[in-house]
Amino acid sequence: MIHVFAFYLFAVLTVGSGAITILSRNPVHSVLWLILAFFNAAGLMVLVGAEFIAMLLVIVYVGAVAVLFLFVVMMLNIDFAELRAGFIKNFPLGVLVAVVLLAEMVLGIGAYRAGAMELGTPDGIGATPAGMTNIEAIGALLYGRYLFLFEAAGIILLIAMIGAIVLTLRQRSDVRGQNIGKQISRRPQDATRNVNPEVGKGVTL
Amino acid sequence: MIGIEHYVVVSSILFVLGVLGIFLNRKNVIVILMAIELILLAVNINLVAFSSFLGDLTGQIFAMFVLTVAAGEAAVGLAILVVYYRGRGSIAVDDINRMKG
Repeated sequence: MIHVFAFYLFAVLTVGSGAITILSRNPVHSVLWLILAFFNAAGLMVLVGAEFIAMLLVIVYVGAVAVLFLFVVMMLNIDFAELRAGFIKNFPLGVLVAVVLLAEMVLGIGAYRAGAMELGTPDGIGATPAGMTNIEAIGALLYGRYLFLFEAAGIILLIAMIGAIVLTLRQRSDVRGQNIGKQISRRPQDATRNVNPEVGKGVTL
Repeated sequence: MIGIEHYVVVSSILFVLGVLGIFLNRKNVIVILMAIELILLAVNINLVAFSSFLGDLTGQIFAMFVLTVAAGEAAVGLAILVVYYRGRGSIAVDDINRMKG
């Protein structure tokens, strides 16, 4: 009974806050509702026993991505009322596309209920071994069978980080900063000159 | 009783909401990026639900990779947005036509 209650609570809150995310007038509010949507989706995942992914969702999305969005929304000085001008104009087309998509999905689910196609059964490699928690099982799978994919994911994150830094780094040419490399690589023989002028001819005025 | 259908329904509604968000906020890149995050969240819910339904953890591993790519995409997307705003002083999607695509 508590499962049903928790599922409907999380599901309704997820869908509701997702709807407010895309309908809200203020992007700051949108980000906050997005955080609520992610939080409740994490709740949905906890309900089916996927606590690791749920915690990852909370940490990565709520802790990093949503805050990144919040920073960007607050840093840019944008007239959001102007950006919203086409909202009513785009409404019929958007609703049409959404209804078509939803109809396709309802059709798919209906076909599934009428009798599912047999696509084979899991080979058991990914099954949770008895007596293991979700996190242990995921760790064993991730650092064993999927180790190279895991490292590839790390490389993707590294490239994304480098890309974001390269894109936003600004080289300022109007300030004179200290160039340490240039300073250290300066040698006495390049920088100074020894002259031996005759008496009375050393200085020209 | 809650079955796999309930999860599929929730994730399809969330997916459709994300697509609708892209169409409704055609001018605001930030909300479009948020709608893409909603779509990826729907995909993740689907993957996790089926992973639990089939008793196969591979779905959860894949959800983790989707999460990775989503985080990278958000970081790079927002960086491009900041660079664009610095150059043009606006982020209206309609004005982005430098490449005449």
